[in-house]
Amino acid sequence: MRITCPYCGERSLEEFTYRGDATVRRPDTLEPGAAEAWVDYVYRRDNPAGLHKEHWHHSAGCHAWLVVTRNMSTHEIVAVEFAKPGAAE
Amino acid sequence: MRYSLAGLIANAATGNRRWKPLWREPEPKASYDVVFVGGGGHGLATAHYLAKEHGITKVAVVEKSYLGSGNVGRNTTIVRSNYMLPGNVPFYEWSMKLWEGLERDLNYNTMVSQRGVLNVFHSDPQRDAYARRGNAMRLHGVDSELLDREQVRAIVPFVDFDNARFPVRGGLLQRRGGTVRHDAVAWGYARAADRRGVDIIQNCAATGFRIEGGCIFGVETEKGFIAANKVALACAGNSSRVATMAGLRLPIESHSVQAFVTEGVKPVIDVVMTFGAGHFYVSQSDKGGLVFGGDIEGYNSYAQRGNLPVIEDVCEGGMALMPVIGRLRILRSWGGLLDMTMDGSPIIDRTPIDGLYLNAGWCYGGFKATPASGWCFAHLIATNEPHPLAAAYRLDRFAAGRVIDEKGMGAQPNLH
Repeated sequence: MRITCPYCGERSLEEFTYRGDATVRRPDTLEPGAAEAWVDYVYRRDNPAGLHKEHWHHSAGCHAWLVVTRNMSTHEIVAVEFAKPGAAE
Repeated sequence: MRYSLAGLIANAATGNRRWKPLWREPEPKASYDVVFVGGGGHGLATAHYLAKEHGITKVAVVEKSYLGSGNVGRNTTIVRSNYMLPGNVPFYEWSMKLWEGLERDLNYNTMVSQRGVLNVFHSDPQRDAYARRGNAMRLHGVDSELLDREQVRAIVPFVDFDNARFPVRGGLLQRRGGTVRHDAVAWGYARAADRRGVDIIQNCAATGFRIEGGCIFGVETEKGFIAANKVALACAGNSSRVATMAGLRLPIESHSVQAFVTEGVKPVIDVVMTFGAGHFYVSQSDKGGLVFGGDIEGYNSYAQRGNLPVIEDVCEGGMALMPVIGRLRILRSWGGLLDMTMDGSPIIDRTPIDGLYLNAGWCYGGFKATPASGWCFAHLIATNEPHPLAAAYRLDRFAAGRVIDEKGMGAQPNLH
């Protein structure tokens, strides 16, 4: 598996650190039902067998946080974007 | 057909033409008392104990592929009960005891080999940690011995004791641990369950569940609908995928872990040995190949294969521990598909849906648990109450804060 970093180009997997699901958001502790929302956020996962949007850190490269869209069944990488909007500028 | 010495001689005398298949290949009936989704080690073991210990034999096991195609045929065959936490030790020790009597129970040669499991340590703090683990084991009645350097040398003289970074100071040995032929476990449980009337239906994937008013009524499969008031999931690796069909979101990520086998050589290592300073473990198969493995890949995957960086990492661990391994060539590597729970411990529990039972989350340690998992899951299904040995493996323990953190395993242990 190789990941094409928008800054650095196609690089080996060893340069990247995996973070996990990029679609979940940290719950607001002041909202009602926050405890259950936190259990969902910390412990439960969608864990799809198909496309998965996930955070990777180019930790041995440009240190950019990336959102990689990857097929979990084939390891095919469909898209790589910066996690932070406007990071390309 | 019961296996015996007389039967062996009779079959040999008649040219071995009278052996029967180990199990039937029935078509699914319209309904059963219990349907298992997943014909791996745990599903088959549960079907066996459900029939034998609880007398429930109107049971089907549906398996999406052939028996032994999944994790039960992909693991590195190691069995041990060197756990430390109260929720774990009695469960895994019961599993060890069932392994010790498995061949008599199943009337099948599963090649149980209690060759010992040796965990070497490399520093004084690690010696303390291993001594503590060994004490916890002995307090639960499990055998363990803390060995010094010379005692380890007597068992594995080829280890790099004076490695500059990771000198070996000693080890923790569980002599009753060892290996079991993994395929034979699947075949033996399948044969034993089949002989008690369990229908094993291969190449028949579950495609959905019929759930009304919070109760389960059956399973949709590739071979049609099968009605059952009790449905049991034992499909670790794919638990999330299957549970999603029942509307459940589990505390599980699927990951891949690789294993390796070298070319066959003469006997060199007669125990299972683990490296204490990285993730590497090794044993020697009866064919002579060194079977070894290490860490999970570290990113979610359903691919049943891994990538090169982990292969390099595992081999570096092997070279640091036993440089002799560097002269061997790797014959094969393969990947298994793991249910990684967030605390590294399994789940054997009821679900919010009445009649739907869950056996999942075995991380990379499910094989050794196969007999006890089957034993306790069968009890849960038969009585609707958790077995005392598996009472800690609750589905709601994450919300309740009762996680079982044996040694920071989990999907993302954040240890690195």
